[in-house]
Amino acid sequence: MSKTPEKQPGDPNTTGHSWDGIEEFDNPMPRWWLWTLYATIVWAVIYTIMYPAWPLVKSATAGVMGWSSRALVQEEMVAFQEANAPWNAKLVETPLADISKDPELQQYAVNAGGAVFRTWCAQCHGSGAQGAPGFPNLLDDAWLWGGSLEDIETTVAYGIRNEESDDARYSEMPAFGEILEHDEITQVVQYVMSLTNAQTDDAAAQAGKVVFEDNCVACHGEDGKGDITQGAPNLTDAIWLYGGSQEALTETVTNSRFGVMPAWENRLTDAQVRAVTAYVHQLGGGQ
Amino acid sequence: MAILDKHKILETNATLLLVFSFLVVTIGGIVQIAPLFYLENTIEKVEGMRPYTPLEMAGREIYLREGCYTCHSQMIRPMRDEVERYGHYSLAAESMYDHPFQWGSKRTGPDLARVGGRYSDQWHVDHLRDPQSVVPESVMPKYGFLEHRKLDGKYIGDIMAANALVGTPYTEEMLENARADFRAQADPDSDYDGLLERYGDKVSVRNFDGQSELTEADALVAYLQMLGTLVDFSTFTPDASR
Repeated sequence: MSKTPEKQPGDPNTTGHSWDGIEEFDNPMPRWWLWTLYATIVWAVIYTIMYPAWPLVKSATAGVMGWSSRALVQEEMVAFQEANAPWNAKLVETPLADISKDPELQQYAVNAGGAVFRTWCAQCHGSGAQGAPGFPNLLDDAWLWGGSLEDIETTVAYGIRNEESDDARYSEMPAFGEILEHDEITQVVQYVMSLTNAQTDDAAAQAGKVVFEDNCVACHGEDGKGDITQGAPNLTDAIWLYGGSQEALTETVTNSRFGVMPAWENRLTDAQVRAVTAYVHQLGGGQ
Repeated sequence: MAILDKHKILETNATLLLVFSFLVVTIGGIVQIAPLFYLENTIEKVEGMRPYTPLEMAGREIYLREGCYTCHSQMIRPMRDEVERYGHYSLAAESMYDHPFQWGSKRTGPDLARVGGRYSDQWHVDHLRDPQSVVPESVMPKYGFLEHRKLDGKYIGDIMAANALVGTPYTEEMLENARADFRAQADPDSDYDGLLERYGDKVSVRNFDGQSELTEADALVAYLQMLGTLVDFSTFTPDASR
């Protein structure tokens, strides 16, 4: 059994509480601790005066600093817009073909366009513009709607087969499953495959040539080289947006395809559209 | 001081201490939460908000069921990097018909508050089926099964009625026609005039997943394609005090 220690001379007073004979000294709080507490209370009062805080009847106090998260972001957006304004103005004024003649402007356009591309375009066309099944590769020379600067700008601004823009590029391949017989589809697929020297059944391909001439040449051309004015792909270049296998081509002919690209004229500024046009054009396939 | 001497009563009575602690916490809660219900600038007034159509509502239910919110937020914060990437910062009004809201607190994938119209329907279908086929660096799981699960809209009226109960302004007419509207939105060959009359001309009527049957993919894509597209920002003036 321990012995309750006797109170020594110089010990502080006790609080007066006693639990089972145990008493506690009434030591003062450490001075540094107390002052920190007082400082935080003062800080809190100042803080609620400076910044939006107290709810009143209709709105909360706005704070004397006039701080606003929305004003801050607006300020920052405007600051960057102003910093780029001379370049953007130049980008909009300069004819597309002349942008690359000014190395500084071209560099600005490609860098700004690259940022636009990685933010808005990469999900479909790939972060390296390599495309994906159903979404065109922008690095090669094959263009559905044309690879000149003007063509690319039109495609970016208005998109393809979308509902948002009345100026969207539009064409629609019929679903030949409802038009042709099953055998005819098989034959025309064989013919289309023969255009790229794929392994085919020659007899079927011969028969398919007739089907092709009767149904497909209006858009894809007699030689199958396509027509960029109506987004009809070249069938002779062995570049396939939806796959060039017999199965994929049969699906394309039977049900057709209807690739959609959104219009960007309302989401991006004119300068951004032109910048991303310049960026895509210089990737390798620009005409 | 007399009141300080009474401490001992609280400190030696656990039940009383609990009751008084609860009271103190309640006061703190009321001061923080209650003003949000009456302050005029909590939900700003904007043009264009409308309740979800039945098909979009079904898509939203699938979004909740699959836990999309664990990886995707729907809240663009007022910061330049977010606004540059995702579009205009989100407004409270844009979540006014969300019960519960889908702001989320973590982004493994990108924010979806304004994903509507950003990609084609086909992209969404391809991406749900196999995200890596279009975005090779993605870590999103595959949701191809959505294309095979047919929906008939049997319970959509009930879901909408439940939302109406907590404040979404669905009219009697909307609730009565829920199932018909549900089917009409995914079928461009149907008679969808009633749907547009009830929910507005801007409602998209398309075969969202490209298949003849109405599936969960239709509903989810319809929902994703309208996210963040309702507010007409030309009518929006930011309140300076926020």
